[in-house]
Amino acid sequence: MENILEKIRTDYERHEGNIISLLQDIQNEFGYIPEDAVNWFSRQLDIPTSRFFGIATFYSQFHLAPRGKNIITTCCGTACHVKGSERLITGLIKELDLPDGENTTADRRFTIEKVNCVGACSIAPVAVINKKVYGKMTTDSLLKEVKKIRDNT
Amino acid sequence: MKHDLTIRVCMGTGGMAAGGSEVMKAFKKQVKARGIAADIKKHCHIHKVGCRGLCAKDVLVDIIRKGVRTTYQFIKPSMVEKIIDEHIINGNPVEEWVVGEDYHQFHDKQIKIVLSGCGSVDPEDINSYISADGYKAFKQVISDASPSETIETIKKSGLRGRGGAGFPTGIKWEICSKEKALHKYIICNADEGDPGAFMDRSVIEGNPHAVIEGMIIGAYAIGADKGYVYIRAEYPLAVERLKNALKQARRKNFLGKNILGAKFSFDIKVKLGAGAFVCGEETALIASIEGQRGMPKAKPPFPVYKGLWGKPTVINNVETLANVPYIIRNGAQWYASFGTEKSKGTKVFALTGKIKNSGLIEVPMGIPLRQIIYDIGGGIENNKAFKAVQTGGPSGGCIPAEMLDTPVDFESLAKVGSIVGSGGMVVLDEDNCIVNIAKFFLQFTQSESCGKCTPCRIGTKRLLEILERITSGNGRAGDIELLEDLADAIKATSLCGLGQTAPNPVLSTIRYFREEYEAHITKKKCPAGVCKDLLSYIVLAEFCKGCGACRRVCPAGAISGERKEKHTINPDVCVKCGACFEACKFKAIGKG
Repeated sequence: MENILEKIRTDYERHEGNIISLLQDIQNEFGYIPEDAVNWFSRQLDIPTSRFFGIATFYSQFHLAPRGKNIITTCCGTACHVKGSERLITGLIKELDLPDGENTTADRRFTIEKVNCVGACSIAPVAVINKKVYGKMTTDSLLKEVKKIRDNT
Repeated sequence: MKHDLTIRVCMGTGGMAAGGSEVMKAFKKQVKARGIAADIKKHCHIHKVGCRGLCAKDVLVDIIRKGVRTTYQFIKPSMVEKIIDEHIINGNPVEEWVVGEDYHQFHDKQIKIVLSGCGSVDPEDINSYISADGYKAFKQVISDASPSETIETIKKSGLRGRGGAGFPTGIKWEICSKEKALHKYIICNADEGDPGAFMDRSVIEGNPHAVIEGMIIGAYAIGADKGYVYIRAEYPLAVERLKNALKQARRKNFLGKNILGAKFSFDIKVKLGAGAFVCGEETALIASIEGQRGMPKAKPPFPVYKGLWGKPTVINNVETLANVPYIIRNGAQWYASFGTEKSKGTKVFALTGKIKNSGLIEVPMGIPLRQIIYDIGGGIENNKAFKAVQTGGPSGGCIPAEMLDTPVDFESLAKVGSIVGSGGMVVLDEDNCIVNIAKFFLQFTQSESCGKCTPCRIGTKRLLEILERITSGNGRAGDIELLEDLADAIKATSLCGLGQTAPNPVLSTIRYFREEYEAHITKKKCPAGVCKDLLSYIVLAEFCKGCGACRRVCPAGAISGERKEKHTINPDVCVKCGACFEACKFKAIGKG
């Protein structure tokens, strides 16, 4: 871990000391922002951890807990909302058997997330599965994709 | 270079989601396999194009054979072979797959300036843009016009910022150009955070060089040496095409040191937004580029005086910048000939929601809403009744049927309590609950409020709480007046545009749909049948055919029944999502 952090640190100096870029680099490496990484940078750069966490919690891009192997994002933009995106989420929670307030399955195979808008409103409702955009989704077609992933991995 | 055969495949985010890449591959494979490519060699050209608007009919494919263009809709890889056989080889278009009357209707009333390159230019090839007169405007400016003459042209064109506020672009540039500083910056705001809007994404995906050219001209006019494009990380395809376009522009020396031999150096960096709606606000955007929490600052000082790293900075929206090359090339007067007296030119809108022809449109300012909804949009989906159109996203309002003749321009929309905003236009039908829509936007603004100023942080929270209790059947007498009162206070006292406009969805819906609020509060009924706590679903036994359609779509597994037998809904398990209601072809699901 230390080696990776050292490398990110050199980049940080090149990025004019931009903490957002630093956190983006950490997340690219680990998939989330581990507390240990923040503590390490806090000591190295003599910046209080609160500044890192202040920024990390401000932007929705950053995750403070590990995420699942497969990321399913449902769009909650206006067009998707009026076309019933809430149904997709209800269906997913039930299919993946997620307890209240959790968004990652216990085996870390799936994480479900919401996004404000992916900007593909004319094919609403939209879901993004592992970065691929799927339009005109129904609960049925979404769950079929989930099952496909389950069977293939 | 003229091609005897051009195949264009729509590959915006919409086109790719519908399978654009596979269609493209199929064409390439077939054209090679049949020896067509070898036959006419260089005269055969297959390329990607960005979104041409009507994403609902993707994948769209243009075949230009001997100068005649035919457009196909809903194309799948399996259909490619037939098109090649009958159309490309034998010259007989496959009529059944060719776009219909509605495709032309969709385009008839539009005037495309910003989108003129989307759908014809290959977004990944700078030469394709250059052969469509690309970078000509910049060459013209740098060889023949001084910065102040350039600014004068933009001022005369009447171009106003397309990001929402509508500030005159020429004046913004002029103020910044007069500031004396060692460094100046120009920032392209591509942080399109409005849910329900995708104009900026489509322009960057479809014609990234137009935005870059606009930025270079802007930089030359104000004297900036560095530019940033602040773009949402949620738009991976746009980011990729933009980065690729910047690389190509650098190679051709449209960016870099001593551009085209002139004493003008300028380069552009891409900054990925980390996901915060408030960063669309200028000062918050600047804070975010500087690596801080994206919290707005009090203005003045305005960014044109003191912006990024404390230096004079112009921030323009994507669409604004994409207009610039066309204005320079065709003249200010040409541009000003479109639109109304105070709102010149065209505006791109994302027309979505319950509309037949959903997609991206560009119309002259001042066009009546009715023409957009019924002529271009083709009317409401499934022949339902029109209820309202929501413009301007979370900062805008809902416009009801009786206001449909309102012209679409900055002033007229403000008069009816909405805004042009960045250009989202979401159509609602009789099945949408207006209080629910207001609540939806408040949930959004409340969670996106940065928390710096009290009216926005706490005010939006209270607004949301009142809306939540109204939609859950606990509304109290006087709640509507309380909403209005609170909304006015938030508008008057918030620090930035987010808070100042956040109450608009509430105020405009109360203004036009007060009875619907009253029905929720006094009768405890949701007339549209959306608010879950105010309704329940049952199977109407006399109509039920036992087809099982409702059982299959139910996400909660609340519906049971054997095939060809009457079905039943278990109210304890039902999540009241309404999927069964929409799926039933026999009107056998009742709600109320």
